[in-house]
Amino acid sequence: MPKAGSGLSLDGLGMPLWLVVELTYKCPLKCPWCSNPVDFDRYRNELSTEEWKDLLREGRRLGSLQLGFTGGEPTLRKDLEELVDEANRLGYYTNLITSGVGLSPQRVRDLKRAGLKQVQLSLQSCDSELSEMLVGLDVFAHKIEIARTIKAEGFPMVMNVPVSRYNIDQTEALIDLAADLGVEYLEFANLQYYNWALINRADLLPTREQLKRSEAAVAAARERLGKRLTIYFVVPDYFDDRPKACMNGWGAIHLTIAPDGTALPCQEARLIKDIEFPNVRQHGLDWIWRESPAFRRFRGDDWMKEPCRSCDDREKDFGGCRCQAFLLTGDAANTDPVCSKSPHRHLIDDILVEAENRQERAGADALIMRARCRS
Amino acid sequence: MHSEGQLEPSDVMELNPNFHFRWEEPQQSHVLLYPEGIVKLNATAAEILEMCVMRGLTVAEGTEQLAHRYDGADLVSDVMQFMELAYAKGWIRPKS
Ligand SMILES: C[S@@+](CC[C@H](N)C(=O)[O-])C[C@H]1O[C@@H](n2cnc3c(N)ncnc32)[C@H](O)[C@@H]1O
Ligand code: SF4
Ligand code: SF4
Repeated sequence: MPKAGSGLSLDGLGMPLWLVVELTYKCPLKCPWCSNPVDFDRYRNELSTEEWKDLLREGRRLGSLQLGFTGGEPTLRKDLEELVDEANRLGYYTNLITSGVGLSPQRVRDLKRAGLKQVQLSLQSCDSELSEMLVGLDVFAHKIEIARTIKAEGFPMVMNVPVSRYNIDQTEALIDLAADLGVEYLEFANLQYYNWALINRADLLPTREQLKRSEAAVAAARERLGKRLTIYFVVPDYFDDRPKACMNGWGAIHLTIAPDGTALPCQEARLIKDIEFPNVRQHGLDWIWRESPAFRRFRGDDWMKEPCRSCDDREKDFGGCRCQAFLLTGDAANTDPVCSKSPHRHLIDDILVEAENRQERAGADALIMRARCRS
Repeated sequence: MHSEGQLEPSDVMELNPNFHFRWEEPQQSHVLLYPEGIVKLNATAAEILEMCVMRGLTVAEGTEQLAHRYDGADLVSDVMQFMELAYAKGWIRPKS
């Protein structure tokens, strides 16, 4: 997930400092904004335990430091503990990114013992009714139990809230819940509109008014809570006129491995249909990272077109997000249409106007929930 | 701890338990690893952390040890400045 609000940018000296492994695309939940591919069910050919371990070793040799286990729901993999243990031994700072559905208190303890360093738990609402409507299953109470166990085991914890117009008005209540749970980091991840979120975009986008109230609630809470709770607010880029500095640049510090071993410069990149991404089953990671045409395609700025090519901001934002450029303009080498200098900016403005003019919040039946057999 | 963000020479600081401080061969530098981030430290910062935080000494004792290494140079304000920055960023905290 491209995160504007977290971490800090640093020169990776050409190393993939952040490695993300998507252990599986499978998931019992049905979030209608899921960033997994719409045709996720086509990729069942998951890497084996040994293949993942080889990959982790290769990643360390290339200088990877931060490791995220995600998916789909990574806890569906029975070898999660074994992989965490291996990653820890190799010297990674290990993060688990989970909805909590595949965890039991015992499993949280086992992961702690295996050397897991941090857990990011997603929470979609602060009440069970809305939560069930948004994820399709009644899992709220279980998530809260898991959150408490994670804290009781002494993990630093990020509470991740994927934000849409359905839950944005709960900003304040979610902050209170996070403070009550004692989490260190709360991340309001305004949705990024790819894959499932793109299908449901018209219903999921918040209004400008909602966004303003939410930002004000965050600012007030930062003041009130100080160091006790760090709140990241990932800006919804549609509402901005500057594009996000996506992934710190293509092939700069991020490397994602999809369940089937496909190597990607970011988790969404396989939606760019005219690039063939290399697979760790066929190629060494070193070649993939340094030499493969897919990773070199948008590295640096030689590939840029106008207006980016002659813009002073190109080293700051790298021309924005390649996936968004592809999805909205049909060419991944175009300027991200979020940028006010993009000749396609009107596409974004039209969408925002539509969102402002919707009638009242649509019910759950308006949303297309994540499910199999869409392609 | 006195007023917000201020440290005293007699304070004993420790690394935030959610942080890991170590030498990273591919980077040829010390790094701090923590949830959501990586900080690459320059040699001076790493040396101060190592001496004034990782050994359970007071800030004053750590500073004195460092000064020995540099022929008795006066490092007090440099060390304090870095320590307060590290404290403000949440990398270190008062030892409990
Ligand atoms: C794809 S999920 C996989 C892990 C796990 N199933 C979960 O949901 O926590 C990874 C993270 O991305 C977030 N996420 C999913 N779709 C998103 C979107 N369209 N925009 C922003 N964040 C999204 C989730 O809330 C979660 O924190
Ligand atoms: S975002 Fe929702 S549907 Fe997608 S993997 Fe995570 S929990 Fe499952
Ligand atoms: S024109 Fe390109 S480089 Fe300049 S601000 Fe817009 S996206 Fe960034």
